[in-house]
Amino acid sequence: MKRTVPLMIVMVGGILMILQYFIPHQISQTIFAYYTDWTPIILAFALVLGVGSLTRIHSHKIRRKSKNWQYSWAVLIPLYLMPVLAHIWPGSLSGGMDSPSIFHFIFMHVQVPIQATMFSLLAFYIASAAFRAFRAKSALATVLLLSAIIVMLGQVPIGELLGKWFPQTGLWILRYPNLAAKRAIMLGVGFGMLATNLKIIFGVERNWLGGAGK
Amino acid sequence: MRKNWIGIPALMILLLLPSLSVAQGVDEILTPVAGEQLEEPDPGLDVPGIVTVLDKDNDAGDQLVVSFEPPENTAGVFAYNVYRRVAGAEGEDSWTLAEIIPVIEPTEFIDGFDPEFPIEPGVLYEYRIASATLDGEEFFGPVFEAGAVSVGEIYHTGKTRILIASLLFILLIFYYFGRAQRGIKMYMRPIAGIEAIDEAIGRATEMGKPILYVPGISSIADVATIASLTILGRVAKKIALYQTPLIVPNRDPIVFTVAEEVVKQAYLEAGRPDAYDPDSVFFLTTSQFAYVAGVNGMMMREKPATNFYLGMFYAESLLLAETGSLSGAIQIAGTDAVTQLPFFITTCDYTLIGEELYAASAYLGREPKQIGALKGQDACKGIIMGFITLALIFGIIDVVANTHILDWLRALVTSPIIE
Repeated sequence: MKRTVPLMIVMVGGILMILQYFIPHQISQTIFAYYTDWTPIILAFALVLGVGSLTRIHSHKIRRKSKNWQYSWAVLIPLYLMPVLAHIWPGSLSGGMDSPSIFHFIFMHVQVPIQATMFSLLAFYIASAAFRAFRAKSALATVLLLSAIIVMLGQVPIGELLGKWFPQTGLWILRYPNLAAKRAIMLGVGFGMLATNLKIIFGVERNWLGGAGK
Repeated sequence: MRKNWIGIPALMILLLLPSLSVAQGVDEILTPVAGEQLEEPDPGLDVPGIVTVLDKDNDAGDQLVVSFEPPENTAGVFAYNVYRRVAGAEGEDSWTLAEIIPVIEPTEFIDGFDPEFPIEPGVLYEYRIASATLDGEEFFGPVFEAGAVSVGEIYHTGKTRILIASLLFILLIFYYFGRAQRGIKMYMRPIAGIEAIDEAIGRATEMGKPILYVPGISSIADVATIASLTILGRVAKKIALYQTPLIVPNRDPIVFTVAEEVVKQAYLEAGRPDAYDPDSVFFLTTSQFAYVAGVNGMMMREKPATNFYLGMFYAESLLLAETGSLSGAIQIAGTDAVTQLPFFITTCDYTLIGEELYAASAYLGREPKQIGALKGQDACKGIIMGFITLALIFGIIDVVANTHILDWLRALVTSPIIE
């Protein structure tokens, strides 16, 4: 029962979704909308479980005084403080989410800069990854290096100054060899998705069920 | 000296004469001539003609194809305002502005496309179209009753080719399921990234360090995430046998609950339920870069010996993989996100490219049905390769013999992306 019910739900739901794609009728669309409407509801409940997991792990760390346990306070305090500031803290004491409020101030001056910092690290990581990738250790790596130089120079004005063929060759590399490889990968991905979905719908793949799968 | 006194008034008179004549001319422009009528304002713009309404094919019964004859003289017309109301309704308020079509655009459109002004199935509508000026002034044409009502179809005829292809591929996959179940041996080409999984787990065990498994940052609705979770089950089983610590941080709360169940079950199957650490699988945050910061922090503090990045990744792929590379871990990545693959290839030791991510579960499990599905996938690719080869040959024939066989093939196998 523990295994059959989820498998049946997945099978019926999966087949319905396949049929729905070929049936444009209003009833079909309504069923589709009905199914998809469940997603945010499930997500809301799962979020409670997620927050519970985070709280459990970090409270364990604090209780056991595990290595770097102090950082757990930095997770738990904002995790519970921010909703309180947004929804419970009185508006007369700068509560709420709209500016000016404590929540808004913390969000704009702590969260946003931290996220921007993380994202901006990407520029440095791209440089170091590119350095590693473009070392001409083999014939194939040399081809990669040359292609990259042509494509990069083709994208910037100095490339056109160096030679008219730079942008043209760069564009050719992007449009033909690169696009062909991309399409081949995407075709494979498409079939992979199809096979995985079929395996799940027809119960061949059950690992996702966890304990109910066996 | 006397001569000069005569010259000055004469010069002044000479200067005054033209200025008087100019002033008189201005007066003539500013003062209406008595008895002469002002010109009549333009009586109006030319309005559009007959409106034709047809039911749109292959819809849910919520769209109509509306076309109208543009006015013969479009001078001064900026746009056409298309109004619609239920047939028989009365009053100016009953009209709804369904569409504004700039004068330069085609005079045919699909009504009901805008969800704010929906078309109800089976309801008869009336239309009237106005020529609108740049100032917003409208000149209405006659009211036309729609010649058709919108009806929903039960089969999308434009998707027949997709249906045939899907059925063919499904049949092929089932055919290979059957072959695999009958015990027929099938060859599977080795994939370096999958074969390295055992080695990577062994390395972490030898070093006494944990294994980090990142199941991507997408939701459970993503097939790549599901594929990642199936691989997690297989990997966790091996990890359980070696009793190596496992860290699985999650970005999506639903993925977290499934991952927790999958790992718990893997430990149970491996016969080591006691070795399962409930804190090994956890939810981190839904914020993309906060998640990256959390995982990168773990990499630098815990120094895992092996990092797995399997699933769907976006801009964080390089941030994760480069940090992992700096921490000295052996890294195995796999994603179907084409744009992120180069980052993984440059920073990871092994990368599962696209479909290999989906194949990994079959490779690790070696169950007959899984292998059958894999062979079915290969057969599907064989068909596509056949069509590509045919297209290549037909293309060459077209060029050499000036024929159009490629167009025929294109019409046979392709479907428009947007209808």
